[in-house]
Amino acid sequence: MKNTVEIRWHGRGGQGAKSAALMLADAAFMTGKHVQGFPEYGPERMGAPITAYNRISEDPIRVHSNIYDPDYVVVVDETLLESVDVTNGLNPEGAIVINTTKSVEEVRPHLKGYPGKVYTLDAREVSEKCLGRYFPNSPMLAAIVAISKVMTKEDFFREMEGSYKHKFAKKPEVIEGNLKALHMAYEEVE
Amino acid sequence: MAIRERLSGNEAISFAIKQVNPDVMPAFPITPSTEIPQYVANYIANGEMDTEFIPVESEHSSMSATIGASAAGARALTATSSCGMALMWEELYVAASNRLPLALCLVNRALSGPININCDHSDSMGARDTGFIQIYAENNQEVYDNFVQAYRISEHKDVRLPIMICQDGFITSHAVENIELLEDDKVKNFVGEYEPENYLLNADQPMAVGPYAVSNYYMETKMAQNTAMRNAKQVILEVGKEYGEISGRTYGFFEEYQLEDAEYAVVIIGSAAGTTKDAIDALREQGKKVGLLKLRVFRPFPDEEIAKALSHCKAVAILDRCESFRGQGGPLGAEVKSAIYDYAKDVAAFNLVYGLGGRDFTVEEAEEIFNDLEAYDKGEKAFAEYRYVGLRGEGYTVMREKK
Repeated sequence: MKNTVEIRWHGRGGQGAKSAALMLADAAFMTGKHVQGFPEYGPERMGAPITAYNRISEDPIRVHSNIYDPDYVVVVDETLLESVDVTNGLNPEGAIVINTTKSVEEVRPHLKGYPGKVYTLDAREVSEKCLGRYFPNSPMLAAIVAISKVMTKEDFFREMEGSYKHKFAKKPEVIEGNLKALHMAYEEVE
Repeated sequence: MAIRERLSGNEAISFAIKQVNPDVMPAFPITPSTEIPQYVANYIANGEMDTEFIPVESEHSSMSATIGASAAGARALTATSSCGMALMWEELYVAASNRLPLALCLVNRALSGPININCDHSDSMGARDTGFIQIYAENNQEVYDNFVQAYRISEHKDVRLPIMICQDGFITSHAVENIELLEDDKVKNFVGEYEPENYLLNADQPMAVGPYAVSNYYMETKMAQNTAMRNAKQVILEVGKEYGEISGRTYGFFEEYQLEDAEYAVVIIGSAAGTTKDAIDALREQGKKVGLLKLRVFRPFPDEEIAKALSHCKAVAILDRCESFRGQGGPLGAEVKSAIYDYAKDVAAFNLVYGLGGRDFTVEEAEEIFNDLEAYDKGEKAFAEYRYVGLRGEGYTVMREKK
């Protein structure tokens, strides 16, 4: 099982954490991997905490439970740090990336002594600069790919371009902005 | 050449529906099956299939309309979950007793209350006595494969019974995973055209559907259904084998995973089987002889086959994702134990309940169950039967020591 990379997403309903997990599954699938991307639904509504998961592996994936010991954690909304134990079970050899304006030093005290790597990204700034609106999921997706290296940079951008062209076939004007957001976020955490 | 794809379970079964292109689909939305009529309606709107889609005002109506279409001679289906199925209840019996080979895509979800949208098998297990064939899936691949086989089984002249293709709500319905799809023409050739023998729109052969049956006829009708259900066993095996020839994936009543030489086994239905397989691989690395019987076909119930496949085991745990309020476990436990009593009396069999209302079932919990079976068999520890796996606090259990 441990040639499987496991990623846990924490977000709030409406921020696109589930969509980001599915996009990551899509891109990894396109690079030849076996993938899982799935949400865990609580009382699903705008603003409620939600969790989504990814498994990415060279081998077929059979397990159908949630992920308790992830290699990586993505926090799409920093207000969750107060209410959700985001580093629970997180691999000390792995990493966590948080969408925040704060520095790593400022957020570390909220991570219950997690000894591993911590990254921060101001996804709001990236998103508003590139898209003119706040969609944190694309920047956070780029960040976790840059950190986890579940695929090469080239593969990621190629697959995401294809994916956006498909997804936004009816509103092509947002494709360029989304790609720009991916690039900016990727470079920032890289 | 198979088509490599990644789809959720709901996307997978909708794609199979598109390829089969049935005549009529009435449906009413309910989580987590809502996406199925959504995807199918999209395919129809895009001109990719020409099924007649009927939006109705309730599940009672969706099953009624499916029954009407099927009685008229159409290949029909609907989709639902949980309380949606509960509202279809009387119609399920009507479909089966009228011998209508319609399909029901069921996305398993807990029944209210408390209200809960997540997976357990209480909806379909509650419908186990309706006269529907019931086939379950571990993952999106099996959901797809099972639907492609569905009408070949249900429409077979020795069967002619409605069929329920079940998958685990959210766990497979909303999880995107790798899948291999068949080409359209392969699916169409495999499924074939529906040629009903008796149907309402045949003016040359007037008939009544659903008339009153006096006591003089009712029992014969039930035996005819029962005979059809028994006949379905052979048909399910034949269709599963033939499907293997076009797909490379052969299906039977159940899958045996590391069961051949297993001393301790788990019997389970649905997505938790995959989780159990990971536990088995981990324990096999420690030299433990553990295995799995993953039940695919619950109706008709392959009692003798199950018991024989387990007959060499020392101890077996049967896991129900459903509470029956019998006071002693769930329906799968009761039926497997009954089969073991008839055909494999020496096997110690225990029943546990897990996963109600979407409670997660983990690899570690599966490992613990195997370890408990071994400890019981070696006389080290009594087995806590009927317990709920993953329950907080104390619950009802019966401690059974090895005699």
